[in-house]
Amino acid sequence: MNQTQTMPRTETMQLNVGPSHPSTHGVLRVLVELDGELIIKADPDIGYLHRGIEKMCEYRTYHKCMPLMNRLDYLAGEVNNFGFCLAVEKLLGVEVPKRAQYIRVMLVELTRIASHLFWLGTHGHDLGAMTPLFYAFREREQIMDLCEMVSGARMFPLYCRIGGLAADLPEGFLPLVTNFAQAFPKRWQDYDNLLTQNVIWKERTIGVGVMSRDEVLDWGWSGPMARGSGIDWDLRRDNPYSSYEEFEFEVPLGKNGDTYDRYLVRMREMLQSARIVRQAVAKIQQTEPGTIKCADPRVSLPPKERVYNEIEALIHHFLIIQDGIRPPVGEVYQCIEAPKGEMGFYIVSDGGPQPFRVKVRGPSFINLSACDKLARGRLLADLIALIGTMDIVLADVDR
Amino acid sequence: MSAAVNLLQAKFPDEVLEVVEFRGQTTIVVQPERLVDICRALRDDPETSFRYLSMIAGMDYLPQSPRFGLVYNLYSHQNHNRVTLKTRLADDAAPLADSVTPVWSTANWHEREIYDMMGIRFQGHPDLRRILMPSDWVGHPQRKDYPLKGM
Repeated sequence: MNQTQTMPRTETMQLNVGPSHPSTHGVLRVLVELDGELIIKADPDIGYLHRGIEKMCEYRTYHKCMPLMNRLDYLAGEVNNFGFCLAVEKLLGVEVPKRAQYIRVMLVELTRIASHLFWLGTHGHDLGAMTPLFYAFREREQIMDLCEMVSGARMFPLYCRIGGLAADLPEGFLPLVTNFAQAFPKRWQDYDNLLTQNVIWKERTIGVGVMSRDEVLDWGWSGPMARGSGIDWDLRRDNPYSSYEEFEFEVPLGKNGDTYDRYLVRMREMLQSARIVRQAVAKIQQTEPGTIKCADPRVSLPPKERVYNEIEALIHHFLIIQDGIRPPVGEVYQCIEAPKGEMGFYIVSDGGPQPFRVKVRGPSFINLSACDKLARGRLLADLIALIGTMDIVLADVDR
Repeated sequence: MSAAVNLLQAKFPDEVLEVVEFRGQTTIVVQPERLVDICRALRDDPETSFRYLSMIAGMDYLPQSPRFGLVYNLYSHQNHNRVTLKTRLADDAAPLADSVTPVWSTANWHEREIYDMMGIRFQGHPDLRRILMPSDWVGHPQRKDYPLKGM
């Protein structure tokens, strides 16, 4: 640093990182201005994956918006669906039965583990640690298999539906989840052994991308990004939804607000998620099987057997699918604690079957907006650590 | 939740147009002219302490007039509550609003996105350019009169 200051000034260099680069986690282009190896300015260029999801929602019924929501943060597809369902249910003023709420919590927490595992694997890989990726993907694969069991799809289960769930849990599902959640802390130890005390890992992450508490609030960071700086805030605990208030879990906090602390926070969050999954399984077992949809006939589809055998049920089914549900005129903002931070849905209804406006508050977009602030004055190699620590998914950034 | 409403009604009596409660959420409709002052007051008042801007949504209410609007969602880590601010912009042809980037840095990208998608310009924004669409794009895709397909 001192050496570069005493040397005569030279021209700065423009460097394109991405849009197609393994460390950018998708099609992200960062236009970097460099003075030697120091970053003077980092301007993320986004939009390569812009599909206009918000606009598309205005042209389809609420149910048909659901597959689009999956594809926001595709590493945690079910979480987005869950949030959208909660928002529409709030708009409608309906509540889903307890069993459905617990099953949703269980799936969302499993998805959180899967998302954090993906982050752990790729973040480690970016910084030169190859092995954690293989360990992390081993467990992620098991979660994908569980998702496949409930719905047939691995990445986009689309299992949450407005007013409840698509179907009840398949036979023999809960014992598998219990096995996974009980074995997970032991598996977790493998990742912890590889990285937490690893000297190279610490060198690359400690003191990199420091955000103070005030800066975090100013830049609108949420989730693990905020908690890494010691902000004691978790929407699951502070504004509970879907019966989260009945679950016991801790909110891990960091101290220094650097990349290493955010790593520690996400690591410990995975253990808490496994703990919530274990509690959810116990709670699900106490509920009546089959109670997975709210009773309101304007929202929930009738059971399939009745659709096949009764003309009224068939008409009812047809009406909900073709005509859609019609929430009252109004607007709601519902947010959830997604793996990457606050995932919010602002929905405006004009009383029609299609939403008048859907605004998605994606955590990745907000986290990435502070990229320039974090990268200024750092080495180019730190940019890779910073993109990794922000845990962005470009589909969620661009929407 | 009344703290925010009380604050605004005491400090900005002419700016508050309406207070709406729906599904347990408070929405305050305000005039656009002094929006930055309102936001700053909500952020700095020790009782409300809305130090976190959750999102800004650009709105196109076509065929109504005034056509364009903005929706701000604020969160207080102190009280763990939210408030929504809504405003409608007077000019339908060239909508213009004051930037709240000086109040919350996070507004920077939100406002760039709204400019890109809705064509609402923000006075005092440090770097107002397109963010999602290519820089040479013509039109603002999220306006209601912009076609869904057939470009």
